[in-house]
Amino acid sequence: MSATSDLGKSYFNETHEQMRQTVRKFVEREILPYVDEWEEAGEFPRELYKKAADAGINGIGYPEEFGGTGPDVFMKIVASEELMRSTSGGLVAGLGSLDIGLPPVVKWGSDELKQKVVPGVLSGEKISALAITEPSGGSDVANLKTRAVRDGDDYIVNGSKTFITSGVRADYYTVAVRTGDSGFGGVSLLLIEKGTPGFSVGRKLRKTGWWASDTAELFFEDCRVPAANLIGPENGGFFCIMTNFLMERLMLCVMANMTAQLALEACLDYVKEREAFGRKIGQFQVTRHKLAEMATQVDVSREYTYRIASRIEAGENCIKEMSMAKNFATSVSDRVTYDAVQIFGGMGYMRESVVERLSRDNRILAIGGGTYEIMNEVIAKQLGL
Amino acid sequence: MKVLVPIKRVVDYNVKVRVKADNSGVDLANVKMAMNPFCEIAVEEAVRLKEKGVVTEIIAVTIGNKAAQEQLRTAMALGADRSILVETEEDAQPLAIAKALKALVDKESPDLVILGKQAIDGDNSQTGQMLAALAGMPQGTFASEVNVADGKVKVTREIDGGLQTVELSLPAVVTTDLRLNEPRYASLPNIMKAKKKPLEVISAADLGVSFASSTKTLKVEPPAERSAGIKVASVAELVEKLKNEAKVI
Ligand SMILES: Cc1cc2nc3c(=O)[nH]c(=O)nc-3n(C[C@H](O)[C@H](O)[C@H](O)COP(=O)(O)OP(=O)(O)OC[C@H]3O[C@@H](n4cnc5c(N)ncnc54)[C@H](O)[C@@H]3O)c2cc1C
Ligand SMILES: Cc1cc2nc3c(=O)[nH]c(=O)nc-3n(C[C@H](O)[C@H](O)[C@H](O)COP(=O)(O)OP(=O)(O)OC[C@H]3O[C@@H](n4cnc5c(N)ncnc54)[C@H](O)[C@@H]3O)c2cc1C
Repeated sequence: MSATSDLGKSYFNETHEQMRQTVRKFVEREILPYVDEWEEAGEFPRELYKKAADAGINGIGYPEEFGGTGPDVFMKIVASEELMRSTSGGLVAGLGSLDIGLPPVVKWGSDELKQKVVPGVLSGEKISALAITEPSGGSDVANLKTRAVRDGDDYIVNGSKTFITSGVRADYYTVAVRTGDSGFGGVSLLLIEKGTPGFSVGRKLRKTGWWASDTAELFFEDCRVPAANLIGPENGGFFCIMTNFLMERLMLCVMANMTAQLALEACLDYVKEREAFGRKIGQFQVTRHKLAEMATQVDVSREYTYRIASRIEAGENCIKEMSMAKNFATSVSDRVTYDAVQIFGGMGYMRESVVERLSRDNRILAIGGGTYEIMNEVIAKQLGL
Repeated sequence: MKVLVPIKRVVDYNVKVRVKADNSGVDLANVKMAMNPFCEIAVEEAVRLKEKGVVTEIIAVTIGNKAAQEQLRTAMALGADRSILVETEEDAQPLAIAKALKALVDKESPDLVILGKQAIDGDNSQTGQMLAALAGMPQGTFASEVNVADGKVKVTREIDGGLQTVELSLPAVVTTDLRLNEPRYASLPNIMKAKKKPLEVISAADLGVSFASSTKTLKVEPPAERSAGIKVASVAELVEKLKNEAKVI
C-alpha cells in the first residue's frame, strides 16, 4: 500500500516495521471509525492518550527508567507517519504534545521533577504541553514578556501564552518565562501544573484546521511556582528551547510529508473513478502530469527528511538542514494539498472529502515550530550571512 | 498445558494482489507480507488461555522461507513464548504442511493445537483437518468460542445456519473462525522483548518430511472484471430487469 514503508527500507529495521503494523492497527481500530466525529466535536477522548501509551506509542524516545523504550528517531517517525493515516493532523498534534513538552523535563529537569512528571505522561494518565508563544509574538522568542520573579523558594509568574496545543486539557505545562534581563540571556523554562493558584486557561480557540486538538490561551496572575520546577539553568532556557525545536521540526516535516502523501493517495484513487468529458479525469494528460509532479515532490521531500533524521540519529547538529527540510516539506505539502483540492473539483471543497481536511490542516505546518521566514533566517545565519 | 500455534506468512490483507504476466502465480515481488489474519486470531486465543492460567507455554511455528521469521517475531510479541521455523524455499501445500506439523506434534507433545481455519492466500482450509487426521486427534473447526476445562476442550463451531458445540478430549486440534476474538496489537515494549525470545530454525530433513508438492499449478488467472452496475428507479423496474435482461427470475 503506502510507498512509505517500501521506499524507506534502508532507514527502517524489522522492529520498526513491526511497530508500524501496531500503530496502523491502532489507527484503524481506535481512531478511524470515530475521527470525523472527533473533528466536528473539536476534540478526541482523553482516554486515547492511555490507549496510545498501552500500545507503546508515548514511550518512544524516552528513557526506560520512566517507562519509555529508549532513543530511536526512526521509531518516532514510524509512529508519527502511521498516526497521520488517521487523516487528522489535529489529533496527531494533540496526542503528540508530550513530544514538545516533555523532552526539556527529561533532559534538564531535576531528578524529583522527572520522577514526578515523566512516568504519568508516558503512561497516558497526564498530558504535557509546551508554552512558548505569547500574544505579543512567537517568532521572537528572545523577547518574550512573561515574567518570573524569584521570591524565596518560589517564582512569581505574571503574563500570558497563546496558541498552546493541548492547552485546555494539559496537566503539565513547560513554560518559557523571563527570569533575567532582556534578550535571550534572560529566558528560563519552568514547569507549571494545572491547578496552581493564579494560573488559568482560556477558552478553546477556534481554528482553520487541527480541529481535533485543543488550542488555548494561558494566563498567569501572581502565580506561585516552586523554584524546584525550574528546567535547566536559570537564564539558560533559550538554549533548551532551541534544542527542543530540532525534534519538533522533524516531526512537522513528517506531518507535512504525510499530509502530502495522503492527499496524493486520495487523488490517485479519485482520478480513476471520476469522469468528465466521457473519460476518467486521470486520462487527461494535464492531470497525469500534475500527479506525476506531486508524487515526485513528495518522494524527494520524504527522502530528504529521512536523510536529516539519520544525521540527527547519528548525533549531528543539523540546525540548518532541519530548517531546510521543514521549509521544503511544507512547500511541498502546500502545493500538493492545493493541487489535490483542485483535482477533486467541487468535492475537494466539501467536508466529506479527505483532501478538504488535509488542505486545512496543512496550513499551520509552515507557521508552527518556527515560521517559513524564521527557518530562512536560521538558514541564512548558518550560511554566514 | 502446552499449545502449539502454527501460523503462516501471507500477502497483507490490504494489498490488491496482481497475477504475474506469465500466469504462473501471484506476483509477490515487493509486496507487503503479514501474518494471516486467522493465524492472528489463533495466537490471540492461545494468549488469552495463558492469561486465564489454563496454558503454561505457547509455541508458534511456521513453515516457510527465512523471511517468515518476521511473523514468528510478531507471534512472540503478541505473547508466544518461543517459536520454530521449519525453513524451506518450497511453496509447501496443505498436506506437506500437515505432515510437518504432525512431526512437530510428535516432538513437542502439545495438549492443544490452535490454527487458523484457512490462510487468505490459497483459501484451502485443509491444514487443520489433515493434521487432526494424521495425528489421530479430535478436531473442532471454525471455532467461535473455545473453553478448556478438565482435560477437555469445548468448541462452538460456526456452521451453515447456526452454531454447533462439540466437546473434544485433549490433545485436540482447533481451527479459528473470524468471530472467535479480536486480536490485540503488539505493544512496542513487547515487540522489543520478543527479540530475546528463542527462535529455533530447523529443516524438513530434521523432521523427516519433504515439502515437494503433490499438486501442480497449471495456471493462475485474475477474476473477470465486473462491469459497472446501474441504478433502477423502482422495484417494478428491478423485477422487470431481473426477468428480461438478467433472466435470473
Ligand atoms: C494551531 C497552532 C498550534 C500551536 N501550538 C503551539 C504550542 O503548542 N506551543 C507554542 O508555544 N506555540 C504554539 N503555536 C504558536 C506558533 O509557534 C506561532 O504561531 C509561531 O511561532 C509564529 O508566531 P506568531 O504567531 O506570534 O507570529 P509572529 O511572530 O507575530 O509572526 C508574524 C509574521 O511575521 C514574520 N516574521 C517574524 N519575524 C520575522 C523576521 N525576523 N523576518 C521575517 N519575517 C518575520 C513571521 O514569519 C510571520 O509571517 C501554535 C500555533 C498554532 C496556529
Ligand atoms: C461552494 C460551491 C458552490 C457551488 N455553487 C454552484 C452553483 O450555484 N451552481 C452550480 O451549477 N454549480 C455550483 N458549484 C459547482 C462548481 O461549479 C463545480 O464544482 C465546478 O464546475 C467543477 O465541477 P466538478 O466539481 O464536477 O469537478 P469535475 O468536473 O469532476 O472536475 C474534476 C477535476 O477534473 C478536471 N477536469 C475536468 N475536465 C477536464 C479536462 N477536459 N481537462 C483537464 N482537466 C479536466 C477539473 O479541472 C477538476 O480539476 C459549486 C461548487 C462549490 C464547491
